[in-house]
Amino acid sequence: MQHVAAATPAAAGTHHEEHAGFWRTYVFSLDHKVIGIQYMMTALLFLFLGFTLMMLMRWQIAYPTKGIPGEWFALLPAVIGVAALAVGVYSKRRLTLLVGLLFGGIAWLVWWMVSDEVLFPEGIMLPELYNSFGAMHGTIMIFLGVVPLAVGGFGNYVVPLQVGAPDMAFPKLNMMSYWSYFVGGLVMLTSFFVPGGAANSGWTSYPPLADIATTGQTVWLFGMVFLITSSLLGSVNFIVTIVQLRAKGLTFMRLPFFVWAQFVTSFLLLLAFPPLEGAAILQLMDRLAGTSFFLPSGLVISGQVLDVAGGGSPLLWQHLFWFLAHPEVYVLILPAMGIVAEIIANNTRKPLWGYRSLVYASIFLGFMSFIVWAHHMFMTGMGTVISTFFQTTTMIISIPSVIILSALIISLWGGSIRYTVPMLFAIAFLPMFGIGGLTGLPLGLAPTDIHLHDTYYVIGHFHYVVAPGTIFALFAGIYYWYPKVTGRMMNETLGKIHFWGSLVCMNGIFFPMLIQGLAGVSRRLYDGGAQYAHAQNVLQWNEVMSISAWALALFQIPFILNFFWSMKKGRQVESDNPWGATTLEWQTPTPPPHGNFTSIPEVYRGPYEYSVPDAAKDYTPQNVP
Amino acid sequence: MLDFLGLPPDASAHGADIDNMIGVVHWLMFALFIGWGIFFTYVLIRFRRTRHQKADYQGAKTHASTYLEIAVAVFEGILIIGFAVPLWAQRVNEFPEDKDAIVVRVVAEQFAWNVHYPGADGFFGATDVNLVSADNPIGLDRSDPDGKDDIVTINQLVVPVGKPVIVRLTSKDVIHSFSIPLLRVKQDVIPGQVIPVWFEPIETTEHIRVAMTKTYSLINPGVNLMTMMTMQDYVDKDSVVIVPAGSILFPDVVEQLVASGYTEVRAAPETPMEIACAQLCGLGHYRMRGFVSVKTPEAYEAWLAEEALYLQ
Repeated sequence: MQHVAAATPAAAGTHHEEHAGFWRTYVFSLDHKVIGIQYMMTALLFLFLGFTLMMLMRWQIAYPTKGIPGEWFALLPAVIGVAALAVGVYSKRRLTLLVGLLFGGIAWLVWWMVSDEVLFPEGIMLPELYNSFGAMHGTIMIFLGVVPLAVGGFGNYVVPLQVGAPDMAFPKLNMMSYWSYFVGGLVMLTSFFVPGGAANSGWTSYPPLADIATTGQTVWLFGMVFLITSSLLGSVNFIVTIVQLRAKGLTFMRLPFFVWAQFVTSFLLLLAFPPLEGAAILQLMDRLAGTSFFLPSGLVISGQVLDVAGGGSPLLWQHLFWFLAHPEVYVLILPAMGIVAEIIANNTRKPLWGYRSLVYASIFLGFMSFIVWAHHMFMTGMGTVISTFFQTTTMIISIPSVIILSALIISLWGGSIRYTVPMLFAIAFLPMFGIGGLTGLPLGLAPTDIHLHDTYYVIGHFHYVVAPGTIFALFAGIYYWYPKVTGRMMNETLGKIHFWGSLVCMNGIFFPMLIQGLAGVSRRLYDGGAQYAHAQNVLQWNEVMSISAWALALFQIPFILNFFWSMKKGRQVESDNPWGATTLEWQTPTPPPHGNFTSIPEVYRGPYEYSVPDAAKDYTPQNVP
Repeated sequence: MLDFLGLPPDASAHGADIDNMIGVVHWLMFALFIGWGIFFTYVLIRFRRTRHQKADYQGAKTHASTYLEIAVAVFEGILIIGFAVPLWAQRVNEFPEDKDAIVVRVVAEQFAWNVHYPGADGFFGATDVNLVSADNPIGLDRSDPDGKDDIVTINQLVVPVGKPVIVRLTSKDVIHSFSIPLLRVKQDVIPGQVIPVWFEPIETTEHIRVAMTKTYSLINPGVNLMTMMTMQDYVDKDSVVIVPAGSILFPDVVEQLVASGYTEVRAAPETPMEIACAQLCGLGHYRMRGFVSVKTPEAYEAWLAEEALYLQ
């Protein structure tokens, strides 16, 4: 069926769904672009929420003895909301009004929670709440923010366009994927309001702690089942789309690197998530049905012998969890590398250096990511043989990462580099991801991990990978593809303020974490380590990090304003291909209609034919004969 | 390099090897980052659009990156074979004999470290979960002949300097992690399992405290002064000692010093060697803090004798 559709994209353009009414067009849409935008908007809201939780926690870490001035945290969304409402009323724009109401609502929610002492009795954040926010920060950022944005958002919108398909292979699965994610997100949000609050055993949910935790943990597990289902539905769809729906002439070695990255990512999601889904259900059974999959015999909780059958193993959960969660790291980073590769080729105006080695390195990375998981567990009492195996695989997996990073940096050589806003974010990704990758080395070797495991060094390491790494790449992608989605450019000046401010603040937050970690300060401490003697000499960094985090929030205001303002007021694009790009998504009308292409695209060349000698223009699109 | 990285002082025999390895790995990281950084900055400046109008289709014609990748792989191979495996094997395989070491059990719980010494007979008494109570946190069976002379402390691990210590770790409830940063020891404590870890202290706590003595500002210390103690006597203008050495710098003590005209204080951590829980174990995780006291052999024996007296 889909092959027929692929062969007649022009006919698909006049599909009856165009007249399907508001609900089928904008809410329960089958169009990959609408679903992509739904994913993106939902994920951006969750990123904002996850960041807000962290800003509150950073107050507690920096000033453990002072109450939280919660009203101040309501101020930011309130200012944005009021500004949007004012603009909306003035210009009579429904969308702007909606945004204003949304942010007003968030501000009211924060203010209500603070002023009625729902969350902070007498202005104090209790340890339970701190742990809850910590667990939910991780969960929201990874499972509801970054992955849905990178895979669900960018993957959905861009992959079918880049392979020259009229839609994803299974549009209904695609819609189910989004709504499963949406339900999972709602479930996670409701967990804040159950007795005992949201899950508070870390995003890793290690039993027995998670097995005996408050109700929020049960809700968390239900939420995870929905989110995992969503990822599985999405990943099958990507694989089939990329294998089956490529345009004529678009061989695998002519695929844009972004498509390759999504392809490998989909396999990781498809193969790594089922064990965690199984594990989540086992933990649910432990909590609800009285089983003991993860509970050994003879537990004594607060002086009371725990009345369970026992005989289970807490380590079983860790193996099942990390069997997903390590590939998950590459799910977070591969799409980001894909976005960065697209933008670097486009803004250096030359082909990527070592395209083939990039492709092979990412496939190898994907394979290897399944056999490194236990390097998260060196401290669980591991013998020499097993630890040698996992140290070796961990060192091996660093090689494809070095290959990818080197290829992207060498790609800059000989270019004619345009410092556009997407390019700034893309090139900042390289050194930031570099720090993230390099700091993985001492953590991947068991003896050095003795000192660094579960310290702030770990937090610094993976945040360098994900925050100024992946999230910068996602910002780059938003600035880059925005004109294709809306037909308007985002403002350059606001974009540059956003970029430079974010770059400085990100380093202000995460570099001191490496310093604290080397000094031996444990992570997940409610008072930021204030009691510990070995933490004293690095304690003053807590305030620096917290202020950087709040400043980072301020530097997101230009982005949020830019994002909404440019939809209506941004400079209109002069052509369908404002960046002078070669890949297929730019060879469509702007924004692409339902069915995407006005004529059947046929591909004649590789993805990055920029500055071809003797060509008339400095770019030769893939579909030009 | 090690000073630059700001590692805490090391008080154990194997700690120097770990620190050394951390140093070597960081040298590699710095070399790679600075090398890449120089190339990166140069390229960004040289190939900017205003200077380099026409991009070069071929780009770099180099195999340098291949050599770099091989070099990194070789270096990582050396790190594994030369450092990581032998060091790890020494940690987990080459345990000293029980008879040559001090052997203690540590039973972790939310949120305390119970330390169990075998007493004079050298045998640990049996334990039973049904005997657990407020005064018997590990459920020690005192009716067992081996258990009569056992010593149990809470959050106090006392060991002699210069002798290997084997700690057998287990937990009553959830997973904890037994971390002593100054001894370069870390081991997850998992309920249902007994996991041993060993180390040999080479410095007494007193020595480490002296080594960690620094001058702190009383006005803007940048540290939590309540964790510090004075390392010398402080006198007022009549040469009367107002704050003797060894006083904890509570706010009223600090006030007293400031009132006498002092702006700085020579101080060191009261408890420089700490057991820090390194695995999230619930709402009290942040305060699950134990103390290691490394004593001279004589002082250790005296301490054991004193604890044994309390049993009668």
